[in-house]
Amino acid sequence: MQPALNTASNPVAPSATAPVQALNVSVAHGDQTVLHDLSFEVREGEVLVIIGASGCGKSSLLRDLIGLQAPARGRVLIEGQDLYGADGQVLAGLHRRFGVMFQAGALWSAMSVGDNLMLPMQLFTDWAAPVRALRARLKLALVGLDDAFELMPAQLSGGMRKRAALARALVLDPKLLFLDEPGSGLDPVNAARLDGLILQLRGQLGTTVVMVTHEIDSVFAVADRVLFLDEVEKTMTALDTPQALLAHGPLRVREFLQRGRAGIADTPAAALANAAPATPGSVQ
Amino acid sequence: MSSHHPPTQTWSAPTTAQPATWTLALAGDWSGSAVLLLKPAPAALLEGAAQATLHATEMSALFFDTTRLQAWDGGLAAALLPLLAPLRRAGLRLQMDDLPQEIRSVLLLALPAASAASAASAATASATAATTAATTRATTQAAALARDTPARTVTALGQRVILSWQQAMLTAAFLGGVLLACVTSLRAALSPASNSPAGDMASRLNGRELVRQLDQAGPLSLPIVSLTAFLVGLMLAYMGGAQLERMGAKHYIADLVTVGMVRELAGLMTGMIMAGRVGSAFAAQLATMKAGEEIDALRALGVDPILHLVLPRLLAVVAMAPLLWAYASLMGALAGLVPATLVYGVPAAEYLHRCEAALTWTHVWIGVFKATVYAALLALAGCREGLMAGRDAQAVGVATTRAVVKGLVWIIAAATGTTIVFQSLGY
Repeated sequence: MQPALNTASNPVAPSATAPVQALNVSVAHGDQTVLHDLSFEVREGEVLVIIGASGCGKSSLLRDLIGLQAPARGRVLIEGQDLYGADGQVLAGLHRRFGVMFQAGALWSAMSVGDNLMLPMQLFTDWAAPVRALRARLKLALVGLDDAFELMPAQLSGGMRKRAALARALVLDPKLLFLDEPGSGLDPVNAARLDGLILQLRGQLGTTVVMVTHEIDSVFAVADRVLFLDEVEKTMTALDTPQALLAHGPLRVREFLQRGRAGIADTPAAALANAAPATPGSVQ
Repeated sequence: MSSHHPPTQTWSAPTTAQPATWTLALAGDWSGSAVLLLKPAPAALLEGAAQATLHATEMSALFFDTTRLQAWDGGLAAALLPLLAPLRRAGLRLQMDDLPQEIRSVLLLALPAASAASAASAATASATAATTAATTRATTQAAALARDTPARTVTALGQRVILSWQQAMLTAAFLGGVLLACVTSLRAALSPASNSPAGDMASRLNGRELVRQLDQAGPLSLPIVSLTAFLVGLMLAYMGGAQLERMGAKHYIADLVTVGMVRELAGLMTGMIMAGRVGSAFAAQLATMKAGEEIDALRALGVDPILHLVLPRLLAVVAMAPLLWAYASLMGALAGLVPATLVYGVPAAEYLHRCEAALTWTHVWIGVFKATVYAALLALAGCREGLMAGRDAQAVGVATTRAVVKGLVWIIAAATGTTIVFQSLGY
């Protein structure tokens, strides 16, 4: 398979201006390498969407990019600083600059939603408590949760929890936002609203967004570029705009995008259809 | 009586008449654990397929002969899959028409999809790896059949030793993290607030969490500590009194109960109750937070979970330990009054007077020291198991159980050690 990699961004040399750079990164689960030799950069103010089949290592790559799990090989640079080589003070500064929304929301269950949003402000700013509360309420309003400030996470539905988590990720007005499956579990209206919010953040605040998703409609709605992780090749095989990939990307990427758009990707029916051979009784 | 024959497996190599055709013949009864006897493909088959792929010559095909197959179940498909998958990856054509329909259907779905690009380049390596993997599997299966062999025992023992070593290293890393968090927190607390950047708040102790845990570990533990301390004191006085009365020393019941409770039992019982109540709660809370990515969310903010979550819990339990110890000692001594006066006829005033006389500062500080050590151990055990738990719901239960067991074992070991040390030192 010929990788459809945009030559402007690959191979990647260390750059002080790119918000995120992965240099020859290999991602591992324990002793098993699930992705190898990934080199790419995320440009300032763009929305980069990472897609790939379930289990191909998308979320693990995201964990590497946000400093939760050191890559098996290679380096991750945030604004030119090595995320895994920085000293404590620099590292604290780097963490301050990005917001993360986790797949399951990951709201701190012992705190109210309002406190969840105010804790990062309490840790990293000297804003007075009323200011923190005001800012938290604003972020909640942005995601359509105006009345959730006093509620506990357990009182929220799955979709509300994800929106509250997005509000928490935005609370320090980060220049860089990492989103892990933000649209999963949301109804179409809220999913579209979330896409709109991401575009607003990018357009009005210049926020750089790195997003892992399975929602192909979201990919076409928000992505400036798409990075495709191939579970067979165990590496990235495409990095380009979604339209370019759909038109002349590698076969597996085109299939993924087309089927995803048709709403049948990753369904058992699609898997069975892919697995069935042309001639019964023979596998070639 | 079954008339089935034992399972047999025959690999037929290509002949001059059929140069690229292999056949796997399966005969007899392949149901149940018989599938463990299935042997891997000959190396020649894998190498032939790899060479054919590399040189783009005619691909070998594998046929199946099941005309004498008498019995099978789902296990046969499961055993054939790891055998056929490497062949499939090496580029071999699998002609499965003659396999039973049920097995063929399952294998068609389960066998890996073709990967033309990687197959050509990796064929040779794949063949070698597949042979190795198949040999390993056969070895594993043979070992499984030959149960209770010395090799199996030694292997299991070795695995246990490695696992224990890894766990010990994790514990050491955790304790190191706790020490580091103590130092960080202390430095942040001692530095003047005006000189601290706002981000330094992340290095400070989580006061809100500390207050919440103080409430959990202290006042909310009082009822169960009262009950257990009272019953232990009662039992100690009742049993001890019986022995002392035979020697005419029943007036020493108060000494026995006071010294026993203050020096050993109040701390021990409090520690054990807290291990079950507080240690397990710590493990469950932290393991649930881990499963829900809440701890990852803290780390993504640059907040050390040990400093933010473990230290407040540890300090809360350690701060409450002397208070609970004093309370348990008092309850135990008062409980001893009941059998001493009602059963053995010791006057209440005399009992209380002897309690006071028996209580020395040495007993007090030893009791406080032990209670504090036990509390720290149970908190560390609970937090360690919670933070090191897996990421699923089942892991929460496992972490909770392990926290209680580990906490109790650590407490009893510490009790034994400190008792021996203090006695040896003459205290």
